[in-house]
Amino acid sequence: MNSTPLSSILLVLFGSVVGSFGAVFLKSGAVRLTGLRSLFNWRLAFGVGLYLGSSVFYALGIRHGQLSVLFPMVAAGYVWTLLWSRLFFHEQFSRTKLAGLALVLAGVVLVGLGS
Amino acid sequence: MSVIAVPASVSPNPAAQRRMALVIAGATVLSAAAQILMKIGMNHFVFSLAAIATNVPLIAGYALYGLFTLLMVLALREGELSLLYPIISLSYVWVTALSYFIFHDTLRPMKLVGIAGIMAGVALLGRGDRR
Repeated sequence: MNSTPLSSILLVLFGSVVGSFGAVFLKSGAVRLTGLRSLFNWRLAFGVGLYLGSSVFYALGIRHGQLSVLFPMVAAGYVWTLLWSRLFFHEQFSRTKLAGLALVLAGVVLVGLGS
Repeated sequence: MSVIAVPASVSPNPAAQRRMALVIAGATVLSAAAQILMKIGMNHFVFSLAAIATNVPLIAGYALYGLFTLLMVLALREGELSLLYPIISLSYVWVTALSYFIFHDTLRPMKLVGIAGIMAGVALLGRGDRR
């Protein structure tokens, strides 16, 4: 197996976006937790569902191509998650975090180009 | 498949932190094994319920990955992120090495630089809350 098709890369990246929305719903469900009964709320359930859904896209993504290309690309999820946490929860992030994001993003691009 | 981002409540106990670091380092081996198993399972994947239900490597890979996710959530809740994130990114080393030996993946310089960049980035993300 020598080359990684673009369709595989796109499936894995799409899965990472789906998973990052899972984190958004888990977070919005978790901040509303007040007692044991509130553990069963639609936000948490939807968040878990999105996590599971993201794994389906990932699994379909790794059908073809190199795992050593596709697995590191899941790290793009860190970028989306921080983007949403800024957008939806107005979280601030430090310069160190910004530098980390830039490195992850550059790394994902290089892995893609090197595939 | 997704990255796990959990806000931490840091416990100052250094012994507990060391124990946690060891557990997570072990867990990255689990996660790499899960990746390899899933890949083996997906390599001969067909769209049929019976085929999926009897795809032992795929199911084993998913189970291991589930276990890994659970360990991560527990560890990230208590652990120091600046310690845990660099350890978590060890997974990339294991997966790359195992893919090379088992699936004969290529190791082109650009890919290796990219993976190193991702690892450094993930390590920085763990430090990012210290200003």
